[in-house]
Amino acid sequence: MIEIENISKWYGDFQVLKDCSSKVKKGEVVVVCGPSGSGKSTLIKCVNGLEPVQQGRISVEGLEVTSKATNLTQLRSRIGMVFQHFELYPHMSVLENLCLSQEKVLKRSRDEAVERAESLLNRVGLIDHRNKYPGQLSGGQQQRVAIARSLAMDPIAMLFDEPTSALDPEMINEVLDVMVKLAQEGMTMMVVTHEMGFAKKVADRVIFMDEGMVIEDRNTHDFFNNPESDRAKDFLSKILNH
Amino acid sequence: MGDFDFQVILDSLPFLWQGLQLSLWLTFLSIIGGIIFGTLLALARLSGFWPLSLVAATYVNLLRSIPLILVIFWFYFLVPLVLGYPIGGFYSALIAFVMFEAAYYSEIMRAGIQSVRKGQVHAGQSTGLSYWQIQRYIVLPQAFRNMIPILVTQGIILFQDTSLVFVVSLRDFMTASSIVARTEGRLVEMYIFAAIVYFTICFAASLYVRHLKNRMAT
Amino acid sequence: MNYNWNWGVLFEEEYLNWLISGFGWTISVALCAWVIAFTLGSLVGIGRTVPNKAIRFICTAYVELFRNIPLLVQMFIWYFAVPEMMPDDVGRWIKRDMPNPEFVTAVVALALYTASRIAEQVRAGIETVPSGLSSAAKAHGLSMGQTYRYILLPISFRMIVPPLTSEFLTVFKNSSLALTIGLLELTAQSQQIAEYTFQGFEAFTAATIIYVSIALIATVIMQMLERYIAIPGFMGKGA
Repeated sequence: MIEIENISKWYGDFQVLKDCSSKVKKGEVVVVCGPSGSGKSTLIKCVNGLEPVQQGRISVEGLEVTSKATNLTQLRSRIGMVFQHFELYPHMSVLENLCLSQEKVLKRSRDEAVERAESLLNRVGLIDHRNKYPGQLSGGQQQRVAIARSLAMDPIAMLFDEPTSALDPEMINEVLDVMVKLAQEGMTMMVVTHEMGFAKKVADRVIFMDEGMVIEDRNTHDFFNNPESDRAKDFLSKILNH
Repeated sequence: MGDFDFQVILDSLPFLWQGLQLSLWLTFLSIIGGIIFGTLLALARLSGFWPLSLVAATYVNLLRSIPLILVIFWFYFLVPLVLGYPIGGFYSALIAFVMFEAAYYSEIMRAGIQSVRKGQVHAGQSTGLSYWQIQRYIVLPQAFRNMIPILVTQGIILFQDTSLVFVVSLRDFMTASSIVARTEGRLVEMYIFAAIVYFTICFAASLYVRHLKNRMAT
Repeated sequence: MNYNWNWGVLFEEEYLNWLISGFGWTISVALCAWVIAFTLGSLVGIGRTVPNKAIRFICTAYVELFRNIPLLVQMFIWYFAVPEMMPDDVGRWIKRDMPNPEFVTAVVALALYTASRIAEQVRAGIETVPSGLSSAAKAHGLSMGQTYRYILLPISFRMIVPPLTSEFLTVFKNSSLALTIGLLELTAQSQQIAEYTFQGFEAFTAATIIYVSIALIATVIMQMLERYIAIPGFMGKGA
């Protein structure tokens, strides 16, 4: 469903992505990991065109993200994204956060949007907070609302950019639980994260990146038990000794 | 300074009040026009499209380098010439003020827009909202809210600036005070009274701004 | 649009002299006012930060008074009202014997007004210096005066060069208000030329170009100053 072919990207003179390629099949859950500065967040932001690429090709369900002819706004409405810093709109209530794009992009009526929003809030366990403002919620609650906000658009795939990195430890699990359930329901997911427990539990494949390159791209079991590259071995030994 | 004549102030109050109304009305309309045009200028400057950005930047920097009196003279001269017929002092002044203050409001709004986290724009983009939808529903409401104390302060400055329509004899509060001062020969009383009125309004407004800032800090 | 263009009128000797004379008055008023305003404003700004309540109150009152009254009103009061309010012989001297009353009044009014704005910048600058620095100074035995002289003022004045630049430019723009009390500075002269020659476009363009040039030169000077006095590594500027 998601095809990344030979992507290279520069910020000025600095090459942040070097000839990266990968594929994500429908229903697959792929975890992208690696040390800081490896380009993993940048890679995922290229998938829905939030960041432009200078070389290479990305397509999602046949739609070419990298082609100038593609209507990016329309494409983005079909791919959900969850951010490290939640990015809920602080001046709108939880319900309004979920309804805005439904009404303005999908042109749903107010009643339809509210109905969908409330069912999703139920799913993430936050229906009682629907009239609260983001500032009144904890980090874990905000992130769950952010996931619901993306799901409200009925996306074909979901991208997660370090969804738990900004959370206090005791709140990480409530968000991971939502993500696990989502994976088990068959959502196509690409997740940038350090949470290896999550990866082991639900990921089908793991992509390991370092210094802008894809070093390993293998199924989960093989990656954790038999990493091929030294860099991956090094990374795993540091991460797993927490 | 023995004979401070309060009577002349009292007698001229209705006349002065008319002038004050014009000052307030001019201020109010200029604030609205200035903020709208200023926001558009700010968006133009922050847009990726460099010719537009350059034009907006040039406009803002030009208007901020020259005195308001000169801008008033410019528009009093230009507007009837361009339109082909005389337009009346108030409207020439209004156009001059909106064009001038927009340059200042645009800097305020530009700072406001930049103060909104980039992630907010990303969040809007990632759900398929268009550029104008993101500005209208996500960025501008937050930018505006963040900048309210500064916007009001600029409004106070604008109100003080309206006194300059004196140079084209538009009958605002300042001109009215001056007319009374000269016809009645009571310069001290009228100008001191004018100062007191301006001070009261501006000081009260600045206290309101302080109150707003305190509320926003919570 | 019916308009006869004649840029040559600007270069006719009489009108050119008007422009030069106006330019001269603008610069003179602005610079004299700035020097006074900077000195007075710095003192008042410092005064707003000292522990002594009486001094703080007086300085705050000064700032609020001069900030909330339009400059035009202030100028009129100095020019028309103050001479009347002075004791008779002082008033008479001001009105008759003082040389260049328009110039002096304009400078006084502009200086006092600008001083209140500079005072605010100075105050903000002092308050932004991390309080740990004053604590360190006190712990090392420096008196309050010494703390101001060696720590607070050197740092805060460097920090406020950008907003002070803006005030510096503003002083040139505000000098135009002197025309309301009869000083024939640049804007007034351009208006005169417009009225005499009907070449308003040319006249106002000349004034505009001159003001823009003043702004550019002033900005360059202030930027050079900023670079010269910058503390390396302290505020992201300098070596």
